[in-house]
Amino acid sequence: MRSWLIWLPLALFLAFFGLFASGLLHPDDRIIPSKLVGKPLPAFALPAAASDRPPLASTQLATGGPRLLNIFASWCVPCAAEAPQLMVLKQAGIEIDGIAIRDARPDVDAFLKRYGNPYARIGLDARSEVQIAMGSSGVPESFIIDSKGRIAYQHVGDIRVEDVPMILDRLRNAQ
Amino acid sequence: MIAEAGLAALWLAASLALLQLALATLGLAGGKSDLLGAVRPVAVAQGVLTAVAFALLITLFMRSDMSVLLVVTNSHSLKPWLYKFAGTWGNHEGSMLLWVTVMGVAGAAVALFERALSRATHMATLGGQAAISLGFYAFLLFASNPFARLDPPAVDGQGLNPLLQDPGLAFHPPTLYLGYVGLSVAFSFAVGALLTRQVDAAFARAMRPWVLGAWILLTLGITAGSYWAYYELGWGGWWFWDPVENASLMPWLAATALLHSVTVLATRDSLRAWTVMLAVVAFSMSMVGTFLVRSGILTSVHAFAVDPERGTFILALLGIYIGGALALFGWRVGAVREGAPFELVSRETMLVVNNLLLSVILGLVLVGTLYPLLTEAFGHKVSVGAPYFDRIAGPIALALMIVMIIGPLTRWRRDRIREIGRRMAIPLGVGGVIFILLAATAWGRIGILPFLGLVIALAVAVGSVAPLWKRNLRRTPLFTWGMVIAHLGCAVSLGGMACDSAFTVEKLVAARPGDRVETAGWTLRFNRIMPIAGDNWTALQADIEASRGAEEPALLHPQSRFFASPPTTTTESALLTRWNGQLYVVLGQEADNGRWQLRIWWKPFVTLIWFGGFLIALGGAMALIGRERRGWLLKWRARNAMGAIA
Repeated sequence: MRSWLIWLPLALFLAFFGLFASGLLHPDDRIIPSKLVGKPLPAFALPAAASDRPPLASTQLATGGPRLLNIFASWCVPCAAEAPQLMVLKQAGIEIDGIAIRDARPDVDAFLKRYGNPYARIGLDARSEVQIAMGSSGVPESFIIDSKGRIAYQHVGDIRVEDVPMILDRLRNAQ
Repeated sequence: MIAEAGLAALWLAASLALLQLALATLGLAGGKSDLLGAVRPVAVAQGVLTAVAFALLITLFMRSDMSVLLVVTNSHSLKPWLYKFAGTWGNHEGSMLLWVTVMGVAGAAVALFERALSRATHMATLGGQAAISLGFYAFLLFASNPFARLDPPAVDGQGLNPLLQDPGLAFHPPTLYLGYVGLSVAFSFAVGALLTRQVDAAFARAMRPWVLGAWILLTLGITAGSYWAYYELGWGGWWFWDPVENASLMPWLAATALLHSVTVLATRDSLRAWTVMLAVVAFSMSMVGTFLVRSGILTSVHAFAVDPERGTFILALLGIYIGGALALFGWRVGAVREGAPFELVSRETMLVVNNLLLSVILGLVLVGTLYPLLTEAFGHKVSVGAPYFDRIAGPIALALMIVMIIGPLTRWRRDRIREIGRRMAIPLGVGGVIFILLAATAWGRIGILPFLGLVIALAVAVGSVAPLWKRNLRRTPLFTWGMVIAHLGCAVSLGGMACDSAFTVEKLVAARPGDRVETAGWTLRFNRIMPIAGDNWTALQADIEASRGAEEPALLHPQSRFFASPPTTTTESALLTRWNGQLYVVLGQEADNGRWQLRIWWKPFVTLIWFGGFLIALGGAMALIGRERRGWLLKWRARNAMGAIA
């Protein structure tokens, strides 16, 4: 057996070990400036993703903000972890719209029933087209839309308890 | 006093583990394998002490001793006794105590029952087991003491997560843990054999029953857990690719690969380094899984002890044990001679392919599970969901199933492709016929993976019994039957999965009491909604009469349950099992003007998934008993022969 091959498992493990260690040490280093900040939302009109919420189109988000646009999916576990924070934001009077990615209506219904439904409208993005157009690479992600329908902030990953004041602050400043 | 006694037993067990390690090191360094006689009783005493500590924790839970912090945070005096009992391991500290108990008892079993291993390797193995145990004792005693007191005592406890208040919890985690942690024995065997440089067929024969035993329990645990999630979560799904589920699947994949490679090593003395590697990887996966779940580094619906400090502790243990074992591997495996060579067309090759495919699935599941962590390192936090795993792991698993037909029909050492083809004729023919039949009736209506799944499942079902073809069934060894049954179980399980995803009929309705719902040949009469009370919950229960054709109507009672402590609602699905499938009904929210949401699924042959899992474990048990019995018989005959000579 070649000698470098023998050490390959250890090398692989050390790489994973480093990854684990960095994950433990920097749990919250997740803010990236988005290229879309300051630009208007791409145009879209999505069908309804839940039985008891209306569908979502970009024209509805062009006026009346600021508001939060949350990209989620019923099969995504961090989205379930994020749900209580969204309920808190809703109780703080924030209007939240949702886009469900690669999802099915019964699954979304079950998810909302289980984890609460903070959304005013939910659009179904069955093939991730809107998600890609918005420069979002995964779920969950949240966008703050200002009163003129422009993206004011992109939050990659789940909104955690400690993120809530920051999100509220940014919403207040996004007139 | 009970809590103090438990803590004392734990400290004593930890010091015995230290003694065990010291004695084994001394014996190994000085070349004195006689010291094994001293190491063995220490290992047994350590196992007994851990069992005592665990029994004492159970007693505290059963008595609802509210002066113990763990009982206060995880139990309640009004809980039914079964959940008080099961609550012992339904939390971080208790489950870690279960972990060291399994390690201790497994070590004691190796000390008591292992006879085939050379004395030096046996001693090194027990030393290795003690070394791993020590780290987990330290973790328990310094970072998660289950016996910590609460002063002043609480009036009552805070309850147990209602999702966990299910008979399933009493059986599923201990079974899973026995398998999960039982793999530590294989790890210790590998470390021991590397230390004494005795990696050979005899070593593999000694290790095989331990691997098989852990693997059987792991299989049962995963099967039970899957069924539990299926009826308790109320989503109609049976596998969610949640990090915790993956944490149990990854050791299973590694152990399955190990089980096959250890057979090659035992039978043909090949794949020496690879088998040792897999033995290390299998238990490493158990530890990595525990780390992922306990550290809060990944978000999971199962996570019950998210604490970065504990994460750091487990990470340190991972570094020491996995890093140490892999370093030992790199250092020593060069000294392990190459095993016996084999031809390209041989059963050995098929088993290598099996191992490679299992390893690839393992790698993909590992990467998928860690994906949020990988992307976070670059500033994102993204989760890949079930679609990734289904699409990536599905096709490779199907390829693996095809290899499963070919492997057992191939001879050891060398074979001819033509001969194999001849033996494969019947399974291939069946697969072909099913393919044509399905293509003619259901083409385009079912997905490609379920389609291929059905074809391959039937081909494997026929292929798995083909090794019995033209054999004297009464003289076929029990372990061959075990392989046949386990492979048949894989086919049965795959068939269930494919049927579930191809033919499930789902209906979501809002119905008033008195309404009638028709779906998939079933007529459901929604009679009424009534409130009922349980031990520590109240529920709204629907009364539904389901009938099909001329069948006697059956009553179904799906519930929406409210627990008072802590306040939570859970859905209790109602299941009606028939030979050809399950009717699955979930009661949802009250909609408008007296209508209730009902979710109804007809899932054809879905029960085969778990029946197959049970068959796989049964096959394993048959193989284990068959091998052991043969060992006893040989020994018995040898002794008799000796007696005759004397």
